Amino acid sequence: MPATQAPPVLQLTGISKRFNGIHALNGVNITIRAGECMALVGENGAGKSTLVKTLTGIYRPDAGTLSLDGKPVTFASPQEAMAAGITAVHQETVMFDELSVAENIYVGRQPVRGGRIDWAQIEREAEALFARLEVALPVKARVKDLSVAQRHFVEIARALAQDARVVIMDEPTAALSQREIRELYRIIDQLKAAGTAVIFISHKFDEIFAVADCYTVLRDGQFVAEGRLADITEQALVALMVGRAVHQAYPKLDADIGAPLLVVQNLSHPTEFDDVSFTLRRGEILGFYGLVGAGRSEVMQALFGLTPGVSGCVTLDGRPVTARSPSEAIGLGIAYVPEDRQHHGAHLTMPIQHNITLPILSRIGFFLSGRGKQEATIARHFAEQLELKASHLTQHVAELSGGNQQKVVLGKWLATDPKVIILDEPTKGIDIGSKAAVHRFIGQLVARGLSVILVSSELPEVLGMADRIVVMHHGRVQREFLRGEATPESVVAAASGLITEAA
Amino acid sequence: MSILKQREPLLAAMVVLLVVAVGLRAPAFLSAGSLANLVTDSTLLVMLALTQMLVIVTRGVDLSVASNLALSGMVAAMLGAHAPGLPLPLIVLAAVAVGLALGVVNGWLIGYLELPPIVVTLGTMSVYRGAVFVLSGGAWVSAHQMPAGFIAFPLDRLLGLPHLVWIAAATLAVMAWIARSTRFGRDLYAIGNAPQCAGYIGIPSHKRLPGTYALSGAVAGLCGYLWVARYAVAYTEIAYGFEFTVIAACVIGGVSIGGGVGTVLGAMLGALFLTVIGNALPVLQVSPFWQSALTGLVILVAVLINARGAGRRSRQILPLHGTGAPTERSAA
Repeated sequence: MPATQAPPVLQLTGISKRFNGIHALNGVNITIRAGECMALVGENGAGKSTLVKTLTGIYRPDAGTLSLDGKPVTFASPQEAMAAGITAVHQETVMFDELSVAENIYVGRQPVRGGRIDWAQIEREAEALFARLEVALPVKARVKDLSVAQRHFVEIARALAQDARVVIMDEPTAALSQREIRELYRIIDQLKAAGTAVIFISHKFDEIFAVADCYTVLRDGQFVAEGRLADITEQALVALMVGRAVHQAYPKLDADIGAPLLVVQNLSHPTEFDDVSFTLRRGEILGFYGLVGAGRSEVMQALFGLTPGVSGCVTLDGRPVTARSPSEAIGLGIAYVPEDRQHHGAHLTMPIQHNITLPILSRIGFFLSGRGKQEATIARHFAEQLELKASHLTQHVAELSGGNQQKVVLGKWLATDPKVIILDEPTKGIDIGSKAAVHRFIGQLVARGLSVILVSSELPEVLGMADRIVVMHHGRVQREFLRGEATPESVVAAASGLITEAA
Repeated sequence: MSILKQREPLLAAMVVLLVVAVGLRAPAFLSAGSLANLVTDSTLLVMLALTQMLVIVTRGVDLSVASNLALSGMVAAMLGAHAPGLPLPLIVLAAVAVGLALGVVNGWLIGYLELPPIVVTLGTMSVYRGAVFVLSGGAWVSAHQMPAGFIAFPLDRLLGLPHLVWIAAATLAVMAWIARSTRFGRDLYAIGNAPQCAGYIGIPSHKRLPGTYALSGAVAGLCGYLWVARYAVAYTEIAYGFEFTVIAACVIGGVSIGGGVGTVLGAMLGALFLTVIGNALPVLQVSPFWQSALTGLVILVAVLINARGAGRRSRQILPLHGTGAPTERSAA
């Protein structure tokens, strides 16, 4: 990298943003230079996403100044940020399912000629963009028919189409295979060569070191450090990010692993997954690892009876079973704790104790009046087990922190007294303290003889907690690892589709 | 998806088939005069279904159209009755202006105050209908009070076709242009597909939605004049419950209540279909009591076809069995 520094394109000075009195960003200073790729590094909750939304005009900062080419600017809307040349490839793809690929790229700013949108031009330019990206995508296809990875390319094409000065990529590689990631690197180099500044957000250090020139570290919404990647080691960067020496202890208790409990054979679905087979033993933690969109959650939802049109054979305790609905699955002793707490997991406007007893109301009794004490006892039992931090059990779940909300959801499913508990990303977006409590708790579950399927995108969590790891890629089981033989490299390689069982 | 794609030709075939089937039982139905009547009868429903389609595409609904039509129509009729010297274009303009204003009220409440469309228009539906009573004092404006030109205009012919048909055709052309070839129209589809994402892209929902409801209101106002002039009477109960026929036409035409999906052609065919049923049943001497039940049945069948066409929203994770998927190239 040349030592001479390009002029700054975008400068952030003292940017602060509060939500409900809590600082999501606190006095952040960042400088972004033309033709450079800056890695924005920080743990979940460090304020990266808030920063992205501030830069793209979705949030307005409470304090501080943004300056573009040395002139202070404010963005009242995403449109203004875009007009100024700041675009983002968001973590959750911004896509319009029913519109065509080409229209998705130009949505909101279609070229108009003679009072009509020029569709021929849109399609021509979209094709040119994909040719430049060296990606083959049918521009007339509807986006709802695309895979997750293909959607990311549509988003990148959209950023390119805007001749952006600054392109923000918020975990763009989460759903991509190794080959697709290499394509992305090439695209980033193209952007840099054209003088565009790139802000690259990733949790994967090998990627950061491969693609970025400099770094900025955020922790708890505050600026921690910045520098050039050539001058720092991976360990030092991790230490800056976490703020303490890294050693994550996973309280995996040695549990006696028993006979096979849940045997899944050749589970298939027309579009979501194909020929999925695995065995879960009593007292075992079976990790499910894969990239976002690999089909892990979809398999679990099928086991829980949420997906029609599934073929294959599932046996529980030696008996063939088919759960056609969640209530049948609960009756069979299967519990599914979904990924999206806010929407699928908890009833946010209901009190803690009613959340916990919701799936087992029929066991408490038909008429619930006069059963309040019994409900409270059950709720208190699980609240204590999970170290739930709440002022009282009639508090609404919405008032709890993310970690404590997750504990309520876990308590709810434990109350159903399951044999198999499926946890889908149980520690996503919760603080480190709560994470450890959830991990401890998973350890206790298997020690008591329950079997756990742990779906997680966090590699250390899967490696640290699971007895065996099933790795999925593009809807298929790519490989299965025993605890001893799994290394971070081999698991990630399998998740990217590089290693197959046969190889 | 194939069903959805073929929906418009399918619907058109059904309309033709229905007309022919009724014609076999009652040949008079197929006479040129009868068919011309059919088209003329469908015009108001077609126009209202077209704007309702745009509203539904944004995940909204405008329940107040029929009340708006009644109020604008009453204003036009009273202007005609009390100021016979007023030129007709001014009266029509007044009706459109009243409709537009009422639509803007809806749009402001929904777009700027972000209130739910169903609640807002349910409320304004009653308010506007109530205003018809207040304005007219419950009295009718009948044919002999209206100027002759006022009444004659909708059915007067230009190049052999009634003005009504020309106006509906013009509305159709304008709506097709809006839905397909303007940013305003495409933004509505984006908003309906994914409201939050539309915000991220910079589409100003708070400006687009008021525009949509204003458009719906303006067309309702125009239809208000056309309705009272064509039937040569204005009273408080005009077009009572007609909003549901309009919405039904959209649903039959393949407009998704979930938003983001709908075509101008579909909405028009849906309206034609309902008009054919409405006109055929008396010809076949089916009791009018059956008419609403049959209409309802048709709506349920249409929704069923929609649901089967859309299916469960399953994700495409397995590689596509088509060409050009990058995943397949990497596997190769």
